[in-house]
Amino acid sequence: MPNRSEIPTLFSDCLPKNNILTSTETLRPYECDGYTAYKSLPLAVLLPETTQQVIDIIKTCQSESIPIVTRGAGTGLSGGAHPISNGILLNLSKLNEILEINHELQYAHVGPGVRNLAISDAASEFGLYYAPDPSSQIACTIGGNIAENSGGVHCLKYGLTVHNLLEITFVTIDGELITIGSECYENPGYDILALLTGSEGMLAIMVEAKVKLLPKPTNKEVILAAFNKVEDAGNAVAAIIAGGVIPAGLEMMDNAIISAAENFCHAGYPTDAAAILLCELDGYGDSLQWEIDQVTEQCNLANAVSVHKAEDADEQELFWKGRKSAFPAIGQLTPDYLCMDGTIPRKHLAHVLSEISNYSKEIGLAVANVFHAGDGNLHPLIMYDANNLGELEKAEQIGGKILELCVSVGGTITGEHGVGIEKLNQMCVQFKREELNQFERIKESFDPTHLLNPGKVIPTLQRCAEFGKMHVHHGEMPFKDLPRF
Amino acid sequence: MSESDYIQTLSAVIEEANATQEALQILGGNSKSFYGNKISANTLDVSKHIGIVDYEPSELYITARNGTLLSEIEEILEANNQMLPFEPPHFSPSATLGGTVACALSGPRRAYASSMRDCVLGVNIVNGKGEYLEFGGQVMKNVAGYDASRLMCGAFGTLGVLTQISLRVSPKPHSEITIAIEINQREALENMNAWTQTQLPISATYFNNEVLYIRIAGLESTTKKAHQEIGGQIIENSEKFWNDLKNHQTDFFRTEKPLWRIIIPNTTPGLPINGESCLEWNGGLRWIKSNENTQQIINLCKKMKAQATLFKTNSKTKDCLASINPNIQKLHLNLKTAFDPKRILNPGRMYSWC
Ligand SMILES: Cc1cc2nc3c(=O)[nH]c(=O)nc-3n(C[C@H](O)[C@H](O)[C@H](O)COP(=O)(O)OP(=O)(O)OC[C@H]3O[C@@H](n4cnc5c(N)ncnc54)[C@H](O)[C@@H]3O)c2cc1C
Ligand SMILES: Cc1cc2nc3c(=O)[nH]c(=O)nc-3n(C[C@H](O)[C@H](O)[C@H](O)COP(=O)(O)OP(=O)(O)OC[C@H]3O[C@@H](n4cnc5c(N)ncnc54)[C@H](O)[C@@H]3O)c2cc1C
Repeated sequence: MPNRSEIPTLFSDCLPKNNILTSTETLRPYECDGYTAYKSLPLAVLLPETTQQVIDIIKTCQSESIPIVTRGAGTGLSGGAHPISNGILLNLSKLNEILEINHELQYAHVGPGVRNLAISDAASEFGLYYAPDPSSQIACTIGGNIAENSGGVHCLKYGLTVHNLLEITFVTIDGELITIGSECYENPGYDILALLTGSEGMLAIMVEAKVKLLPKPTNKEVILAAFNKVEDAGNAVAAIIAGGVIPAGLEMMDNAIISAAENFCHAGYPTDAAAILLCELDGYGDSLQWEIDQVTEQCNLANAVSVHKAEDADEQELFWKGRKSAFPAIGQLTPDYLCMDGTIPRKHLAHVLSEISNYSKEIGLAVANVFHAGDGNLHPLIMYDANNLGELEKAEQIGGKILELCVSVGGTITGEHGVGIEKLNQMCVQFKREELNQFERIKESFDPTHLLNPGKVIPTLQRCAEFGKMHVHHGEMPFKDLPRF
Repeated sequence: MSESDYIQTLSAVIEEANATQEALQILGGNSKSFYGNKISANTLDVSKHIGIVDYEPSELYITARNGTLLSEIEEILEANNQMLPFEPPHFSPSATLGGTVACALSGPRRAYASSMRDCVLGVNIVNGKGEYLEFGGQVMKNVAGYDASRLMCGAFGTLGVLTQISLRVSPKPHSEITIAIEINQREALENMNAWTQTQLPISATYFNNEVLYIRIAGLESTTKKAHQEIGGQIIENSEKFWNDLKNHQTDFFRTEKPLWRIIIPNTTPGLPINGESCLEWNGGLRWIKSNENTQQIINLCKKMKAQATLFKTNSKTKDCLASINPNIQKLHLNLKTAFDPKRILNPGRMYSWC
């Protein structure tokens, strides 16, 4: 295993000296991703500018047995791009070229470091856009989106990253360059494109992608409905969908988020409401009006105190601005917060929210809720102060309980942020031993020597056994002071 | 038989096959034996594992056991004004859900709604080692672990026996009309591809014999508006028209000639292959009846970035499905080993090498 001082020489044939970072100051910005609870420095950060450089780096890493953690923009929230102290951090942000916008076949061909929003910007001159829109879209990269199968507000109607991918080119751990998918509606064989989507940098390194572009909706409306009870808002969500409307976006915020967002960007939210729904509709001809009528009626039937349609494009944007700034707004209220990410069947919304509120009272930390209600994808934000001894552990305890609750009502421990290092323990709750073994064999069929992002996503059996014991001790973590990865 | 007894029996059969190294041929409704490769192996009849397990219209999913008839699923969805957005073909009444997912074929709505693969939310399987595994679930957003569910779609049962499947469903459109325009193929392709860049509520297209058929979905007033924009004549019996097409009950498909299914970038002009053809999915799916040399057709399609499957033929050759690059073949083999190390399940059914 090489040490840090040997790295520049080791990789000198792969890339220019300036693209190899090894000093502590230059490594510091990379010590964590958006999951900031744990930090460590990688052996080095490598910044390739071409696919060939990626291949050369991988081959060197393989021959020297150096672990590789790939990183896009580092906005991931589960520690997927968390560095490993004896491994390199492969930063792909310089592979940020938009290679082609094909408006006839409606796709964008891009490098992995291209930012999500940059694709829509480049496509807009053709009246097209890229639908999946994580709230981090201004910063996060398409490589990271593919690795996390990221979602966003528009995924209810237009699908997740996996539904909007046509083709990817990736480098295997052997340094082989493989393209999978095509410009066609179907591809032969096993769906390896889907398998790699959401695989969190564990199977291969994505170096190019063709993503689907859609025509920008010409007519859209945004409705803001306010409720006195969170439960009523939850019922409205179910009724809207059962009534045959699939909104382009359907988001819910609880009172804590409403107030924080309103304070932050003055979106015109009713700060006295227990919950609001933001509902975006787009459609052709009269169907848009029909949908507006339906949504309004269902909200009223579910006891909405007000249902307001945005007057114009400016107000629409303002409504969304409030939603998109929910995270930074909460950031102003608390020194630290954990952003959880579970999905549940929508019908359990009210029950799950009241349980979360119980956990919050029981353990003594405030929790605010914002979520993609249409998909049942929750984002409880657990507020804490890392400077107060024991608060991080308390926050993690609430987080763990929330995820287990999601599983118990038929949901999942992660809807879009991934497992990373954050949810390794809860993988043991959602999956049984045989299933984790099967994941392990999938991993090994791509990366038999475990050099890609080792220690993430699939917990070891020993870890599950220890986590199992943990339950006996009322959720107290054994070896509390050891880093959790 | 209870669910757990069924799973135990199935696991035991597969474990036994591992012990004796005797392969198994998974059989659902056996309506699809013409498709893919023929294999000789002991029969594993899974068609009796039936029943809808869970259906919640407001949650937009349906969960059913593998042997459930596709027709039964469609009936219950219909009663709730919902549908399978990928409009699966089912040629015979015996078509099962398991066989449908294993073959992953999508119908006329594919270019506008979703593919079969896009609709799978979760599957339960017994893998080649006899282990019962649950992947995915009933919620649309789920990134815990690898997406093993979609891996099962189109795998022809080579990675596991599907026992239960959850599918995403969608609301049915209020109404649909179909209009026909007399036009040549070049113009048809141009039109279809131009419409994909608009908001027109088209839900299927089909071109054959110099006529382009366009199905429009929505409120009556919106279909009227779209009809005015597109022009053409409304045809009678729209529903039967598309059903016959997807189930290959039209004259075009009554043929003794080899039938090719070609998936191609939809803007590609007409293929220089002798034989009658028709187009679906805005030109992205082309059916061609042709006596031309098999290898020549395959080579030509490769050059045009297309994938050619010899869908139906009287003189069956091996490996009729569209071919796969050698470097991807390697990944297939690794995955086959990961799920079915002793190659017990449907070996060679999909490709002779897998
Ligand atoms: C304020 C905020 C809001 C957010 N909102 C959303 C949201 O609405 N929806 C959502 O889904 N997520 C959201 N996220 C999470 C995050 O932005 C997404 O997960 C995003 O896709 C990560 O992209 P990235 O480029 O930053 O990837 P990184 O964080 O750098 O990496 C994420 C993972 O992908 C792997 N990876 C990155 N690039 C590659 C590659 N080229 N090949 C192989 N593996 C790779 C890494 O190893 C890591 O495991 C949000 C984050 C923040 C901070
Ligand atoms: C374009 C098109 C054309 C078709 N043409 C015809 C036709 O001409 N005649 C006709 O009869 N049918 C035809 N079919 C289709 C067929 O009726 C349906 O698609 C059907 O659902 C197949 O289901 P099955 O249960 O009959 O499958 P089977 O024929 O029993 O099996 C099909 C494949 O699925 C596997 N399989 C079945 N069940 C499982 C399971 N539980 N787990 C894992 N693997 C499983 C089998 O091993 C086999 O590889 C056609 C389909 C399409 C899309």
